[in-house]
Amino acid sequence: MQFFGYTLGDPSVPTAPPTPELFEEMGKFIEEATKAGVLLAAGGLAPVEEATKVIRSEGKFTVVDGPFAEAKELIGGWALMEVRDKDEAIEWTKRFLAIAGDGESTIRQVFS
Amino acid sequence: MTSETHAAVEAVVRIEWARLIAGLARYTGDLGLAEELAQDAVVAALEQWPGSGVPRNSGAWLMTVAKRRAVDQFRRHRELRLKYAQIGRALEVEGDAVTPDFDRAFCDEIDDDLLRLMFTACHPVLAVQARVALTLRMLGGLTTAEIGRAYLVSEATIAQRIVRAKKTLAQAQVPFEVPGPQERGARLSSVLEVIYLIFNEGYSATAGDDWMRPELCQDALRLGRILAGLMPAEAEVHGLVALMEIQASRISARAGPSGRPVLLLDQDRARWDRLLINRGLAALDRAEQLGGAEGPYALQAAIAACHARAFRPEDTDWPRIAGLYAVLTAQVPSPVIELNRAVAVAMACGPQAGLDLVDQLTAVPALRDYHLLPSVRGDLLMKLGRPDEARAEFERAATMTRNAPERELSAERAAAAAAAAGQAERAGESG
Repeated sequence: MQFFGYTLGDPSVPTAPPTPELFEEMGKFIEEATKAGVLLAAGGLAPVEEATKVIRSEGKFTVVDGPFAEAKELIGGWALMEVRDKDEAIEWTKRFLAIAGDGESTIRQVFS
Repeated sequence: MTSETHAAVEAVVRIEWARLIAGLARYTGDLGLAEELAQDAVVAALEQWPGSGVPRNSGAWLMTVAKRRAVDQFRRHRELRLKYAQIGRALEVEGDAVTPDFDRAFCDEIDDDLLRLMFTACHPVLAVQARVALTLRMLGGLTTAEIGRAYLVSEATIAQRIVRAKKTLAQAQVPFEVPGPQERGARLSSVLEVIYLIFNEGYSATAGDDWMRPELCQDALRLGRILAGLMPAEAEVHGLVALMEIQASRISARAGPSGRPVLLLDQDRARWDRLLINRGLAALDRAEQLGGAEGPYALQAAIAACHARAFRPEDTDWPRIAGLYAVLTAQVPSPVIELNRAVAVAMACGPQAGLDLVDQLTAVPALRDYHLLPSVRGDLLMKLGRPDEARAEFERAATMTRNAPERELSAERAAAAAAAAGQAERAGESG
C-alpha cells in the first residue's frame, strides 16, 4: 500500500538552513529508502510567498498570489512510500525525522 | 525513550530482516543457521524494545545480538565448534560493541550480502517453488503463514518447503556468493524468473476466489526495485522492473467492483497509475540505454509501454506490438507469446489474420490446458460473426481455469455468444 507523507511547518518561524552534514545524511537516507523499494517519489516545495491560489466560486475564477496571512501549517517536503502496512510507513517516517530533526510529519494512505 | 507497540517493533524487524539474514549468512556461510540466529535476535527485540524503545541503529542492534547468540551457542555446544569458529574470529576482529557508525561502515558490504542472498535463494539446485518460498521468506520478510496465505497452501507446507530448501543448499554446499562472470547470465535469469513468478501469481492468481493478490505484486516489485539498486548496470533487471511497474499501474483498473477481471481494452484508463507508468517508462529507458532493448523482459515492457502510452484503446500502436512480439518469439520461442502475437496481429490486420495464427496453436501440447487459448479463439470467432463456435470456445475456457472470477467471466462471454447466435438464427428465420 502507498502512503503519502508530508512535513508541516510554520513559515513565520525561522529555521536554520540545513548544514552540509544534514544534506549528506539525508542524501544517504533517500538512497537507502529508494534502494529498499520504499521511496517512490519525493520532493520539496518552494516558499509559500511564491505560491498562488486558484479559486472557483460560483463559476468564476480568481487567482491570488501569496503570501497568505492565515497559513500557519504548510507543507514543506513530501514523499510517496510503498510499504506493506502503516507501521512500516511510521518507521520510515521516524527514520526521516531522526535525520531532519524535530518537527512533524503527517502520513496518509493513498487510495488505489 | 518512548515505549513502542508490538506492531511498531515488528515493522522495524520486517524492514531490517533481509539485511540481517544476508549479513548473518555471510558470517556463518549457512542460510539455515542465519535464519535461526536472526530469529533469536528478533525474539530479543520483541522482548526489549516495547519497553526501551527502538534503538536508533536497530539493524546494528539486531546484528550484534544475533552474533552474540552465535558465540553463546558455540560455547555451549562444542560440536558446533567448526561452524562457529568463523564467527568467533570475525567478532574478535571487529569487537562486539555496537558502534554508531555500524550501518554506514557496512553499507556497501550489506548491499553485496543482499545480492549474495538473492542469488542463493534463487539457486538452480532448488525447485522453482522452493526458490519462490525462500525468496519471499528471506528477502521479502514474509512469514511462512503469509506465504501460505498468498499461495493458498498451509503454513506447514511452506515451512517444510523452506526447511528442505535450506537443507538442499547446505548439502549441495552452495557457496554464499554472487556467481562469477561465466555463470552470471544464467543465474541472473533465475533470479528474475523467481521475482516475475511472484509478481504473476499476484497479478493473475492461478487459483482461488481472488482474481488478483496485489500485495504479492507489491512484494515482487519491491524485490525488483531492490535488485535494480544492487545491479544498476544490468539491463534486464531494469527491463523486468519496467514490465512490473507498467503492469502494476493497471491493478486498480483490471478488476471490476465485484472483483471480476476487466479486459485490457475495456479498462478505464483514467484509473491507471500514472506514477507507476512513468517509473516503468523510465526503467525501460534505462534498459534500452544499457543496450538491452532486445532482452525478453525489456521487450515485454516495451509492449506494455505501447498500451500505457495509448490514452484510448484505439490509439494503441498494434503494428508495433505485433512487431515486438515477433522479435520476442524469435528470442524466446513460446506458444504463449505466439498466442499474444496472434492477438496483436488480429488487432493490426483483422480477426481472420489472428485466427489463422491461433489455429496453428490449437495442437500444441503446452497449450492444451491453457484457458486463454480458447478464450482468444472465442473472441476472434465472435468478431468474425461466428457466435456458435465462439460459445463453445468460451465454455471450454470456463472449464479450464481454477480461478473463480476468470471462470465467471468466460461463462458470461459464452452466454453472450449463445444469445448472439440465437439472434442470428432468428434473424435468418425471419429473413
